[in-house]
Amino acid sequence: MGFELETADHPERLRRVAIDPLSRVEGHGKVSILLDDDDRVRQVRLHIVEFRGFEKFIQGRPYWEVPVMVQRLCGICPVSHHLAASKAMDVIVGAGQLTETAEKLRRLMHYGQILQSHALHFFHLASPDLLFGFDSELSRRNIVGIAAAHPETAKRGILLRKFGQEVICATAGKRVHGTGSVPGGVNKSLTAAECDFLLADSARMIDWSLAAVQLIKQLHRQNPALYDNFANFRANSMSLVAHDGSLDLYHGQLRVRDADGKLLFDRVDYQAYGQLIAEGVKPWSYMKFPYLVGLGEERGWYRVGPLARVQNCDRIGTPLAEAERQEFLAYAGENGRSGPLHATLAYHWARMIEMLFAAETIAALLADPALQGDQLTTSGQRVAEGVGVIEAPRGTLIHHYRVDDDDLVSVANLIVSTTHNNQAMNSAVREVAKTYLDGRRLTEGLLNHIEVAIRAFDPCLSCATHALGQMPLEVLLYDAGGAIVGRLCRASGGGLSS
Amino acid sequence: MSDVFLLDGEQVPFTVGQTVMAAARAAGRYIPHLCWHPEFQPHGSCRLCTVKADGHFAAACTLAARPGMTVDNRTAELDDQRRTLLQMLFVEGNHFCPSCEKSGACKLQATAYELKMMTPHFDHFFPDRAVDASHPDLLLDFNRCILCELCVRASRDADGKNVFAITGRGIKSHLIVNSPSGRLADTAMSLADRAASVCPVGVILAKGRGFVIPIGERRYDRQQIGAAEEQ
Ligand code: SF4
Ligand code: NI
Repeated sequence: MGFELETADHPERLRRVAIDPLSRVEGHGKVSILLDDDDRVRQVRLHIVEFRGFEKFIQGRPYWEVPVMVQRLCGICPVSHHLAASKAMDVIVGAGQLTETAEKLRRLMHYGQILQSHALHFFHLASPDLLFGFDSELSRRNIVGIAAAHPETAKRGILLRKFGQEVICATAGKRVHGTGSVPGGVNKSLTAAECDFLLADSARMIDWSLAAVQLIKQLHRQNPALYDNFANFRANSMSLVAHDGSLDLYHGQLRVRDADGKLLFDRVDYQAYGQLIAEGVKPWSYMKFPYLVGLGEERGWYRVGPLARVQNCDRIGTPLAEAERQEFLAYAGENGRSGPLHATLAYHWARMIEMLFAAETIAALLADPALQGDQLTTSGQRVAEGVGVIEAPRGTLIHHYRVDDDDLVSVANLIVSTTHNNQAMNSAVREVAKTYLDGRRLTEGLLNHIEVAIRAFDPCLSCATHALGQMPLEVLLYDAGGAIVGRLCRASGGGLSS
Repeated sequence: MSDVFLLDGEQVPFTVGQTVMAAARAAGRYIPHLCWHPEFQPHGSCRLCTVKADGHFAAACTLAARPGMTVDNRTAELDDQRRTLLQMLFVEGNHFCPSCEKSGACKLQATAYELKMMTPHFDHFFPDRAVDASHPDLLLDFNRCILCELCVRASRDADGKNVFAITGRGIKSHLIVNSPSGRLADTAMSLADRAASVCPVGVILAKGRGFVIPIGERRYDRQQIGAAEEQ
């Protein structure tokens, strides 16, 4: 089944420093659909052209530089990489337990990032599909269109994102590519004035996040036939949870539930993630396929991200988000259903519950005087290897480094959320193709539906491809003989070609 | 009674034997420069401090001040030339400010901001340069070396150790470590040396410090380069 993958700019030819990988490598998604002689869909594959050269950029660099450097990895969640790398380097410098001030400032930074990324994902990138319809006019299906038709919603989306960015700026020193988190802690705390400034807006952010949950919930309830069934597939779920089982996006232990919601693995120390998961390779994809070692490649794949997290945890520690989680679970159990919700569009609902959790968490942290402390870093016995794991906006993010005696990184392995979700996104696209492919014709409608499914996970595959903005997508249709019988492509600017 | 010369139309006092650069600096006036440092012999190599003295181009760091001399410094013409020199420095090395720990305290970067350099303009050379991490307390990242020779002078003249040297010619010239192995670990260099803190860019670095100084408190966050102390 050897379909040729398109050849991206070869990462090995990129040189370290001074080249911004963001501008050099534009990632894209490609979907290939294979028909049999009766024009039935026989195979569907989502190929994400991933840029894996970044590990090479990191090799040979001093460990303390890495948390800042890795922010170039993603245009949407640089802070997640900043923190995941910092957590790995905490281990390297022997900082077993951060100071209270450092830990809380890092949490604040992370929840600021969750808030801004979730707001961007939902309001700017997903809500146009959901509010106008998947097949509505493309020129309107963007935040500008939302601003015209639903000005209050658009305004809230923009201001929620801005608030998240301000939290990042205060803790990291800059809105993008800050330096706040360092191995063993942070490099600054907040002043009382900075806390008060952010606190003044935090109640409104909670209100607006709550309203966003109501909005997506309403959309679900209005059209359950679509929302429950679109790109629905059963899968295991993986995420970090706190020691007490509650939702924690900054730190915890790995937990995996099966498709029925039963615990498969729990309290797994992520330093040993390599015993829990392995990365499978398939000849047709550059991107790897992680799976649970204990279950094998066939059965061991899983989904990560909001839908996994909200259903994996035992509770959410903030009251409004917990109430919404309860309602989500109740909905999942309606109409004789049992077990977790597997509907792909439920990602957005779960995402908004998390945004509410982030807003509540930020407000609570800002009121904590520990944020103004002066104990910023700790260190201890220097070791050679460290793993940092964080729940990034789109899912579990693993950074793993080995550092030689001379303080230079010798091995780096990063597993981003897009990679964890590779098989899950393939399954989602497969479901869409089965439902919406009409004979041998590729339609814009099909392309739209595929995009909506991918966007529920990842708006632009940015973590894997480092692209920012809309993801270019190409769909190819092959007949049983392997000949291309259809091609449809949407460029990042939105233009359609065949 | 000291003599005066005119720098961009304003009087600058000087004492006999003083250079234009030293006199300007003493008077709180800024002439852009990279290889000059008040503690060390002027070197005149970076050419950034080129001024027009009585109509002739000259390096301010080696030019002796004369009474009544008219010196053009921050003219559009001279700053244009300086910007071009900076752009060449940026593409000759591997300077990637967003992930460089010297960012905000780097003289090259601060000078580029001061001179409003917006793009590197030229094609990057992407030279293949190594990192020397052999020393327990110090890291050398040669990617960022601008060959100002301050470390050479500091190690020789202040530390009496002669740890660094420039070798090769023209575009091939580069900084080396004076030890049989070529590694810093095999020299007498120590963290307390003057040479360890003199580098205006991010080549000679104390290990493990990284980004410990937050954005907003770095050298050139606090003071513009024209007013900042030499490092
Ligand atoms: S290492 Fe630094 S001080 Fe030495 S020549 Fe290079 S830039 Fe100048
Ligand atoms: Ni990302």
